[in-house]
Amino acid sequence: MAVKFEKTGEGIYLLDVQGYVCPHPQMYTKKGMEKLKPGDVLELVFDNPSSGESIAAMCQADGNQIIAQEKETGKSTMRWRIRKS
Amino acid sequence: MPSLPCNTIDVDAPSIVQTEPRNIIRAFAVLGFFAVCSLWSFAIDHRYIYFSAYLWFGFVYGMSLQYGRFCMASAIRDLFAVGVPRMAVGIMIAVVLFSLVSAYVTVAGKSTFHASPIGLYSVIGGLIFGIGMVYTGGCASGSLYKTGEGSVAALLVVLSLSFTQVFFVDAGGWLNHLVPASWTESALAKGLPATVTPTDGWYDQFLAGYVWNLSAITVGEWLEFKNPIAAAFLGNSLINAIIPATLILAAIYLGWYRKAYLRDLKGGYHGFTTELAGYWSMVTASKRTAIAGLILGLAAGLHMWVMQGLQQRLGISNAGELLLAMGHASGLSIQDTVFDPGYFYITTQEAQGAAWVLQKLGFNTMDSIFFGLDNGVPNPLLNPVLWMSVSLIGGAAVMALLNNEFQFKVPTLEIATWAIFGGILMGIGARVGMGCNIGAFFATVTNGDPSGWLFGLGMTIGGLIGVKFFNWWIERKMAKEMSALDDF
Repeated sequence: MAVKFEKTGEGIYLLDVQGYVCPHPQMYTKKGMEKLKPGDVLELVFDNPSSGESIAAMCQADGNQIIAQEKETGKSTMRWRIRKS
Repeated sequence: MPSLPCNTIDVDAPSIVQTEPRNIIRAFAVLGFFAVCSLWSFAIDHRYIYFSAYLWFGFVYGMSLQYGRFCMASAIRDLFAVGVPRMAVGIMIAVVLFSLVSAYVTVAGKSTFHASPIGLYSVIGGLIFGIGMVYTGGCASGSLYKTGEGSVAALLVVLSLSFTQVFFVDAGGWLNHLVPASWTESALAKGLPATVTPTDGWYDQFLAGYVWNLSAITVGEWLEFKNPIAAAFLGNSLINAIIPATLILAAIYLGWYRKAYLRDLKGGYHGFTTELAGYWSMVTASKRTAIAGLILGLAAGLHMWVMQGLQQRLGISNAGELLLAMGHASGLSIQDTVFDPGYFYITTQEAQGAAWVLQKLGFNTMDSIFFGLDNGVPNPLLNPVLWMSVSLIGGAAVMALLNNEFQFKVPTLEIATWAIFGGILMGIGARVGMGCNIGAFFATVTNGDPSGWLFGLGMTIGGLIGVKFFNWWIERKMAKEMSALDDF
């Protein structure tokens, strides 16, 4: 599965990095967030648990807000919504 | 986003996970398998307790590594790539704690540690290893625990670095032309057995003609403390581990944590008190990592104590003697030894496993110093240190199952390519550096061996190089994805 970045709504973008291991999810997330405008939301889909902690720490350091976190039942796939500060 | 059955999670909250019933059964099955291995082997011959000691410490390492997501690659890579110091802080905590435990074990006369020679090779080996571990996404121990999480990519890393080591320590031919004449002369002068062909093979001559000529010493020995307690605690722990770790943490605080901490500060800035509070906030920021670091530090020290105790009880100084006494002479080195560090180690036993497979396929791996003279190539079922690696995977699997994080993941071609290529670099780096992030860094800096910091320096530089490349690579891919959008 290749990385996917697409616009899903006004100011809302989807970044799908399922299948990627460290450091790809966190680096793609950082790159994606850099491109967004303040107030935009990134919907992030990933399935590498160890990347989650790095991404959460990154958001805290950059002042970006994680507004939703969901984990698929029975799988390691996670779906987060991150608002750029 | 599409609607799927999901649970809302808080990744920062303490881990109270509702384990799925089938995962509890699977976790017990894995635990049960290792328990049966221990009990059955003990029933056959009580001396297998030596193997079981390695096994259960490996299991604890695996559980701790997975719980704390402990990974040296993450420590260096995330610091430079995404500005996250969490794992670097965790590693330093583990270094401080393990150094104290190691000092205690040393004073008690139970240490199995031997310092490595000090030389530039450590920096070079660390550099190559550091580049590789950024490409693979995990260090040597990290790749093992991620294998336990079901990552086939991590398994590819383990296999790649294992087989690379075997080919690298045996490679001769045109590589012999890259060997300085002084190394060849020095190797020849050592009078080594002809069966290990000490002047044929780059690595043999690197070892016998260069590394063996270097001095190996701990800080405690170098400072010539007469009091063994001072040597261990002041020399090895305080000077070689605690002070450098504290300074590194201070640098991390100033460079990566302070800005966000002061930005979110409530109650005003009060000078040094605030800075100290910020430093402590950084140290305790990730509870999982701190707990894992604590357990790893304690377990690693206890491991040395137990192995030394067992060696004394069994009247041996190396597992090779044990294997001989048990009637297993095959695969030992010509000195009747096998690799038996007596503490947490990763890459050498993996190389032994790969060498055994290649031996079965008709390759002669015993004509090298690495295997033929020093470490041997015992049957994996009779390799106590390899039991530790296998059980590390098992321990990680159990923790992953309990956290509902276990999932078989087959990598994409891109990830598989990175895994294999990075694994090759890690294999070469581990042999040049005489170990990996555990054997050449964690175990050494915590036992007073300054060569570990040289390897760590190399790993950091290599990690930075790897991150620079990945920044370019990912920027390129994101640009391609974004080019279709009008917004960018």
